[in-house]
Amino acid sequence: MGSRASTLLRDEEIEEIKKETGFSHSQITRLYSRFTSLDKGENGTLSREDFQRIPELAINPLGDRIINAFFSDGEDQVNFRAFMRTLAHFRPIEDNEKGKDPSSSEPLNSRNNKLLFAFRLYDLDKDDKISREELLQVLRMMVGVNISDEQLGSIADRTIQEADQDGDSAISFPEFVKVLEKVDVEQKMSIRFLH
Amino acid sequence: MESASSPGPTVRLYETASQVPPAQTPVTSKAPPDSTTSVVVHPGVLDTELMTFEIVKWEWQYVQGPYLIVVWIMVASLAKILFHLSYKVTKIVPESCLLIMLGLGLGGIVLAATNKPEYQLDPNLFFLFLLPPIVLDSGYFMPSRLFFDNFGAIMMFAVIGTVWNSFTTGFALWGIKMSGLMSDKVDAGLMDFLLFGSLISAVDPVAVLAVFEEVHVNETLFIIVFGESLLNDAVTVVLYKVFNSFVEMGTINVHPVDYFKGIASFFVVSVGGTIVGLFFAFALALISRFTKRVRIIEPLFVFLLVYLAYLTAEMLSLSSILAVTFCGLCCKKYVEANISQKSRTTVKYTMKTLASIAETIIFMFLGISAVDTSKWIWDTALVLFTLLFILVFRAIGVILQAWVLNQFRIYPLDKIDQVVMSYGGLRGAVAFALVILLNGAKVKAKDYFVATTITVVFFTVIFQGLTIKPLVKWLKVKRADQHKPTINEEIHERAFDHILAAVEDIAGQSGYHHWRDKWEHFDKRYLSQLLMRKSAYRIKDDIWDVYHKLNVRDAISYVDQGGHVLSSAKMSLASMPSRTSFSENSVTNLIRENGSGVCLDLQVIDTVRSIRDREDTVMHHVLTGNLYKPRKRFHSNYSRHFISANEQERQECEVFQRNMRRRLESFKSTKHNVYPTKSKARHKRDKSQKKKNNDANDTIPNGKPRRNISWQNPAPIAVEIESEDEENDNSETEKDEGITFVARAADEVFQERTPSSNLDVCQSPCVIPPSPTCAEKELPWKGRQGDLPACVSSETTKIVPLDMQQAWNQSISSLESLASPPITEIQLQPTLAELDEFPSPGPTPLHLARFQFPDSTLTTQHNSDDESPDSIQQQELQPLVSYERPSWLGQSASSAGTRWPVQFNRASRVSLLKNLVSGSTSNLGGQSSSSQTDL
Repeated sequence: MGSRASTLLRDEEIEEIKKETGFSHSQITRLYSRFTSLDKGENGTLSREDFQRIPELAINPLGDRIINAFFSDGEDQVNFRAFMRTLAHFRPIEDNEKGKDPSSSEPLNSRNNKLLFAFRLYDLDKDDKISREELLQVLRMMVGVNISDEQLGSIADRTIQEADQDGDSAISFPEFVKVLEKVDVEQKMSIRFLH
Repeated sequence: MESASSPGPTVRLYETASQVPPAQTPVTSKAPPDSTTSVVVHPGVLDTELMTFEIVKWEWQYVQGPYLIVVWIMVASLAKILFHLSYKVTKIVPESCLLIMLGLGLGGIVLAATNKPEYQLDPNLFFLFLLPPIVLDSGYFMPSRLFFDNFGAIMMFAVIGTVWNSFTTGFALWGIKMSGLMSDKVDAGLMDFLLFGSLISAVDPVAVLAVFEEVHVNETLFIIVFGESLLNDAVTVVLYKVFNSFVEMGTINVHPVDYFKGIASFFVVSVGGTIVGLFFAFALALISRFTKRVRIIEPLFVFLLVYLAYLTAEMLSLSSILAVTFCGLCCKKYVEANISQKSRTTVKYTMKTLASIAETIIFMFLGISAVDTSKWIWDTALVLFTLLFILVFRAIGVILQAWVLNQFRIYPLDKIDQVVMSYGGLRGAVAFALVILLNGAKVKAKDYFVATTITVVFFTVIFQGLTIKPLVKWLKVKRADQHKPTINEEIHERAFDHILAAVEDIAGQSGYHHWRDKWEHFDKRYLSQLLMRKSAYRIKDDIWDVYHKLNVRDAISYVDQGGHVLSSAKMSLASMPSRTSFSENSVTNLIRENGSGVCLDLQVIDTVRSIRDREDTVMHHVLTGNLYKPRKRFHSNYSRHFISANEQERQECEVFQRNMRRRLESFKSTKHNVYPTKSKARHKRDKSQKKKNNDANDTIPNGKPRRNISWQNPAPIAVEIESEDEENDNSETEKDEGITFVARAADEVFQERTPSSNLDVCQSPCVIPPSPTCAEKELPWKGRQGDLPACVSSETTKIVPLDMQQAWNQSISSLESLASPPITEIQLQPTLAELDEFPSPGPTPLHLARFQFPDSTLTTQHNSDDESPDSIQQQELQPLVSYERPSWLGQSASSAGTRWPVQFNRASRVSLLKNLVSGSTSNLGGQSSSSQTDL
């Protein structure tokens, strides 16, 4: 899409995004206006600073990790297309999507992709494993300073032990999926985007 | 029946008394002559004088009230037992149905016996005593997250749904009446029917709970139906009161402004009730913050304040159900954090018991009340049409509302959910109590309404209650998957919440997650700090809670199973004692008798190796490794105000940490079939001993299969030691650094002490390598025999599993102030901190207990420190052990041999502590005696 300063969104682009992400037309235009309002540099892309300006995100313990999730490797800008792709993970799965033919590519908001998004928040070094250290970091962010390192460590150990199946003392993605198989991920990783 | 016979004996006594006087005069003639005057003046004296002393009296009148209540509760509870004797019956028939049937039966018997209906369900009794426990139970144990997740849907069904049901049912019945289908005798106008509609339309929490608890539909469905049934109380009460006053005023006197007043009163009643509930929730949380010293009344406060909330709301004619629901819902988080574990259990059990009793009585009395035909007047048309309308209109209402709701829900309520929701609209005792409360003079058709209400209640509870299970099965409603919570789910779901809140913020919409996040932030910053005890607030975290619960559950279940892992190598130690078992007592007694002075003298291991000594050695290690630590003497608990839970808790801590450790070991090994990697020294040892332990391997009478027996067995006890030292640290299953300790640092201390201890036997050159105090480490019990128990004890007090610390903190604080001298710990602590061998010398004495090495770099460093003396020691020890070992003792001795270095370090710590204790005690004069006697 390039760096397009225009605030207008071309119809064909909307169509493409619609196809890719499943968002409705009104949702896309609404999110586009949000995108441009976040885009303080007005260059059609968002930088990390743009995200960090959102006040609520600053107090969100996982805020930085989630911001990172918007940026693909090595990039420090995110365009609207990528922005929408990331947000599409959180679109609820609709009834008509459930019966889709399996031949078509997996939609972004599938259970698997939702889980993958969460998994990557933990997996900092991108080795497709959540190591004890990585888990501890996230835990530390989430539980705050009240709990001591030893306690957190024991939580992390138990967590890994619970999930670990191949004995490598780390949680791989299949193991991650397995421990959460009873969780209603479709529901708990979805929000209702305003129209 | 009983009341009829009750006056019998008493009357007879009086009769005899009145007959007796003439006969008794000769007997009493010896009495002072003024006795006759006293008879005249004090008739009471006459009785006592004339009647001889009564050995027993019949005092039925005196106890009648409470007696009957207790008997009723007894009958109800026995009936419950009876029902549950047959699994088949309760599987098909809900308990509520059975209770109603029983009530019908009992009512019939009572009616036949006394010819008058007795023991009706009295509305006052119902509203003041029977309903509050049930509502409290449901409010308090309501999954708050789920409740607020579905709050919109619940409110919609509770408010709009109930209003809809009332009005449609009322109007439709009135229409039937107008059309002439109903008997003319039903003398009711529009207002009467609306009144009837309002009381018959409310879904009843008691009935819903009773049925749905057994059906196990998925939690969303359950919370919507159940939440609705709780919250619609406000609507029902308001509608009922409004229509009731309209009927009593007479339709002509109702002015239009009264309708608006009615609507206004709805808001006042519901919001007011909620506010009352929140106020008391706040008060309760605040009070529970300060009950630290009087744990015993903690549970009482919960019930007192909640009941006060209920009564206050009733007093102000606000919605009392809402008050209790919100009080329970909101106070729980803070109260649970503040009160002790015991109080928590007490609250839980008492609440469940009360609710269960109340529910049982309600259903039974419903059955009994139905027998009373004097209040009934049956009108088939009214009954049938009422049944029809409540079913049809509920279904229509649900479908309409679900359609509206589905516009907003992420996951819509599908058709099947809607069917279950419609069908689950059970009516119950609330409707019955309300209809009984009607004023018969004003509401002319009251008797018809009573009959109809009873029929409707019976139909919904019995018929729908019976059929809802098959229906749920047939429709394949998503059931609740009842699995135990896992720490993974807790953590990841927490992460999901944060992610969703962040995504909402990025997308720039202030949705539910946004506000929940804000609320949690506020709660954490201000509310929790205000309402939670500092110690509780510090460690309050959901993830931590789940972890704690899981661990405790594992430990308890493991201990309850008897923990057979222990009895390796044919040690006849009985199995790991379960918490109540006798063997624990006996063995600890053995130790105490044996060990207070001599404590299994093992000094001669290295010099004179008699069989007995070796046995003792083994025994000692086994005992120290496997038994509970010698405890302080049992405190007999006669105090009414304090339960000193410390002994028990400490034991549970020990049991817990040990078992967790062992369990994880075996779990891991069986699961992965991977041998944990170990430190070199240990590995060497194992290799050398594998051969020796072959026969022992086969004889592990362990319930669980272990594939890595070969190493597990040589070090079964060593593992236990680690578990003690590491405080159930799961991580350390991989490494054995847990056994690196204060060896070096302890030397300094020992050197100071050396002259005073009898080293004669320990000076054997072969065993005492680099450091001259090594012998001390090996044989700490030689040092100061008298002190040993004290030292072990002081060590024991520090061993707290990390996750038990909450409970520990609470208990130790009281313990410190009561029993043990705090000075000892204060002195211990800085000294150990200076030694800097403990990985985490924290600010509190508790940290002494943490021989946990979460940081691998730290541990390796320690290893490098300690490895060399250890391994030297090891090399020198090894041949010694193997040389003179008789074959039959081989296995046990070798296992002890494995443990020696481990034990030494531990022992050195023990003696270090002992040193410190003795130092402190000598400083403090009288304290040594106190610490001694404490044992």
